[in-house]
Amino acid sequence: MMTVRAPLIAEERKPGQFVILQLDDNFGERIPLTIADADPVEGSITLVFQTVGKTTHRLALLSEGDKIENLVGPLGQPTHIEKVGTVVCVGGGIGVAPLHPIAQGMKRAGNRVVIIIGARTKDLVILEDRMRAIADELIICTDDGSYGRKALVTAPLKELCERDPKPDMVVAIGPPIMMKFCAETTRPFGVPTVVSLNSIMIDGTGMCGGCRVTVGGQTKFTCVDGPEFDGHLVDFDNLMKRLGAYKKQEDMAHEKCHLEMEMEMEMEKRNLKLET
Amino acid sequence: MSHKSAEQLNAEARKHLDALLPRKDALKPKERMAIPAQEMPAQDPAERRRNVSEVALGYSQEQARLEALRCLQCKNAPCIEGCPVRIDIPAFVKAIADGDYQKSVDIIKRNSLLPAVCGRVCPQEVQCQAPCTVGKALKDVDKAVNIGRLERYVADWERENQSFDVPAVKPETGKKVAVIGSGPASLVVAADVRREGHAVTIFEAFHKPGGVMIYGIPEFRLPKKIVQMEIDTLAAMGVELRTNYVVGRTRKLTDLMTKDGYHAIFVGTGAGLPKFMNIEGENLIGVFSANEYLTRANLMKAYEVGKADTPIMPSRKVVVLGGGNVAMDAARVALRLGAGEVHVVYRRTEVEMPARVEEVRHAKEEGIEFHLLQNAKRILGDEYGRVTGIECLRYELGEPDASGRRRPVELKGSEFMIECDAVIVAIGNDSNPLIKQTTPELNVNKWGHIIVDENGRTSIPGVYAGGDIVLGAATVILAMGQGRTAAKAINEYLAG
Ligand SMILES: Cc1cc2nc3c(=O)[nH]c(=O)nc-3n(C[C@H](O)[C@H](O)[C@H](O)COP(=O)(O)OP(=O)(O)OC[C@H]3O[C@@H](n4cnc5c(N)ncnc54)[C@H](O)[C@@H]3O)c2cc1C
Ligand SMILES: Cc1cc2nc3c(=O)[nH]c(=O)nc-3n(C[C@H](O)[C@H](O)[C@H](O)COP(=O)(O)OP(=O)(O)OC[C@H]3O[C@@H](n4cnc5c(N)ncnc54)[C@H](O)[C@@H]3O)c2cc1C
Ligand code: SF4
Ligand code: SF4
Ligand code: FES
Repeated sequence: MMTVRAPLIAEERKPGQFVILQLDDNFGERIPLTIADADPVEGSITLVFQTVGKTTHRLALLSEGDKIENLVGPLGQPTHIEKVGTVVCVGGGIGVAPLHPIAQGMKRAGNRVVIIIGARTKDLVILEDRMRAIADELIICTDDGSYGRKALVTAPLKELCERDPKPDMVVAIGPPIMMKFCAETTRPFGVPTVVSLNSIMIDGTGMCGGCRVTVGGQTKFTCVDGPEFDGHLVDFDNLMKRLGAYKKQEDMAHEKCHLEMEMEMEMEKRNLKLET
Repeated sequence: MSHKSAEQLNAEARKHLDALLPRKDALKPKERMAIPAQEMPAQDPAERRRNVSEVALGYSQEQARLEALRCLQCKNAPCIEGCPVRIDIPAFVKAIADGDYQKSVDIIKRNSLLPAVCGRVCPQEVQCQAPCTVGKALKDVDKAVNIGRLERYVADWERENQSFDVPAVKPETGKKVAVIGSGPASLVVAADVRREGHAVTIFEAFHKPGGVMIYGIPEFRLPKKIVQMEIDTLAAMGVELRTNYVVGRTRKLTDLMTKDGYHAIFVGTGAGLPKFMNIEGENLIGVFSANEYLTRANLMKAYEVGKADTPIMPSRKVVVLGGGNVAMDAARVALRLGAGEVHVVYRRTEVEMPARVEEVRHAKEEGIEFHLLQNAKRILGDEYGRVTGIECLRYELGEPDASGRRRPVELKGSEFMIECDAVIVAIGNDSNPLIKQTTPELNVNKWGHIIVDENGRTSIPGVYAGGDIVLGAATVILAMGQGRTAAKAINEYLAG
């Protein structure tokens, strides 16, 4: 977690929006991170990130007082927040960070907010206290059962959908595979489900098209049309493939059977998001 | 065409020049027209296809003076009509023939602020050089006076020989102007408005200023240091530059006036929304918009393999769709990033290609293969979602369409495959919708281009616009020209 001084962004940002930062003007990568929280009075924003690669590692090495060379935002469409009744917020791994401001907003709008936090293991559960402060009901699941329920987030989500009255809305943020299965869980119940996509980005202003995703058969740009979309319409399989585009997998044995490959992709995505 | 080295070209020019210079003012039109059109020295194609240094090396002094002697100094000067900003072409060319390069560049700068850029990237063959009397008389537009190359010569001469004077700025007026975007339209507005003593802030979404001249047009065609110098000059004039600032997001357009106290705004946000073909397979891995490809390569410096953190996956065989400058740039960048083969697929013929003639020729010399009267039908991928090939259709030219160009008509059943591992879509750009989305009171047309009057005024008082956001994807010189007009209107608005 990191707090960054950015008065203008702190003032303008709304839940669901993100920033793009770059650590070195010439050769650095531009990476998107969600604004997890903001303090317009102090002029600061909070970023929560997982160290997965070079840029996030270098970011983690910064200490207090250091400067981030380039920071631009707030980007993306804000979450559409209104009073609908009961909202279930599902966060997987680091996805809990971007979920936080949305849960906060939903609560302030007068909704009953149920929060489900999922993580691989106890140590990877983040923002539990902040989320507890918002939630009318909080459910924690871990894959290994080291904390809360031993289950995937889709299990309690399904139970909630079976309740009467069923939830009016679900917001799911986490690894693509998790969002995909959350959307599949709510689909039979007809519960509107919003997901926040983490496509690869460069500019974040709609200029490059690198962040494009297929939603309802149409091409959308995550950075300007999203990052949130109707989970029932998103082509997650294409998203997951595109996310893997820059992984060193050229040499991956082609003779591997299809199923094995797919399982590996799932595993990889989980590790990507949940490992520290 | 055999490749002549810069030394050879210079030696040939010197021979002619020695004979002609003593009588330079007495030369008859016939003698002038007999002077061979000077070829642009260029890097050897075999070498340049693997480096990112500038391809066209620029005339030597001898070549420039000899080329200038070809100009007939026509009284009616049809060339001026062909230049969107109406540079006094015969006058600046004459100054070169006289060897007074400072005078020459000063004449150009009365109308154009970026001669080093325009001399390099203007599509001269359809602008100033198209109506040139010499070209007409010799029945070949390629033999017209090479006005663009001469313009480049004196601009480069000034940069290399002269300590640059920072343009004078009038006393501060206390008025503030916001300029959004930092492409050519914006740079001109910033300079012209600042000169009148108004405070100017440029807001740029990217971390580096310059617009398409930085992230789109590659180094080998427009060295970044040239654009950087223009920006340094603006800074020296006291223009404030704020990068990483997306107007419409970081601040809403109208908030700049109501919250931050700007008295006028210029919107020069360009045509940054890549078009796709909406065909099957377009979201496969290995399919890029030209904007993404070029941004990764130029701005993020993907060509510095090992140093840059934003890579482009290496490709063996690349197919580029489109026939404009963007397509040529993408194709030639792909080659420089190490692609074994690069194929350009365009649905009309070479005559209709919107790219500059010189770029098409350079691309061919570098070994890029052209597939004309063909177009993509769908893109095919493997089980991992990676591109494996592209299915194309053959076309023939039918009746002219609204643009006056003959419309390509597909030949039924002519499908065939090109195997490839990357596809770059370079079929044009629409307007960037960001500001429009967050500023509903700004009027735009059906393509999303901002609507302005002949002075660059939009539907919001005090807000002006110009460049590609108004014209749709156009050219550097047109963007500049619109900037000039808008700046004049802004200065009048603030004075009144
Ligand atoms: C709108 C949005 C909001 C996000 N919010 C958060 C957040 O709040 N916290 C957080 O930890 N992560 C967030 N991410 C993901 C984060 O951007 C990536 O983890 C980060 O870019 C990885 O960079 P790296 O250099 O450390 O890793 P790399 O080694 O470059 O990449 C590791 C993996 O990260 C992904 N990735 C790489 N580059 C990008 C890119 N430019 N954009 C998106 N993904 C990329 C790829 O799947 C890649 O395989 C968000 C992504 C998006 C699009
Ligand atoms: C690859 C390529 C090759 C080309 N080749 C040629 C050529 O050879 N000859 C020629 O004459 N023309 C060429 N063009 C076209 C020419 O570059 C453009 O017409 C010209 O740059 C348009 O200038 P502009 O000032 O309107 O904006 P641009 O140069 O497009 O700059 C707009 C700037 O605004 C910024 N911006 C956008 N939205 C916002 C926002 N909301 N807030 C802040 N900043 C924002 C962008 O980041 C960008 O920096 C080429 C274009 C491309 C893409
Ligand atoms: S600005 Fe362009 S069109 Fe005008 S004279 Fe120069 S090269 Fe020709
Ligand atoms: S038309 Fe050609 S020959 Fe005549 S003045 Fe212009 S450049 Fe010279
Ligand atoms: S990040 Fe470039 S268009 Fe979305």
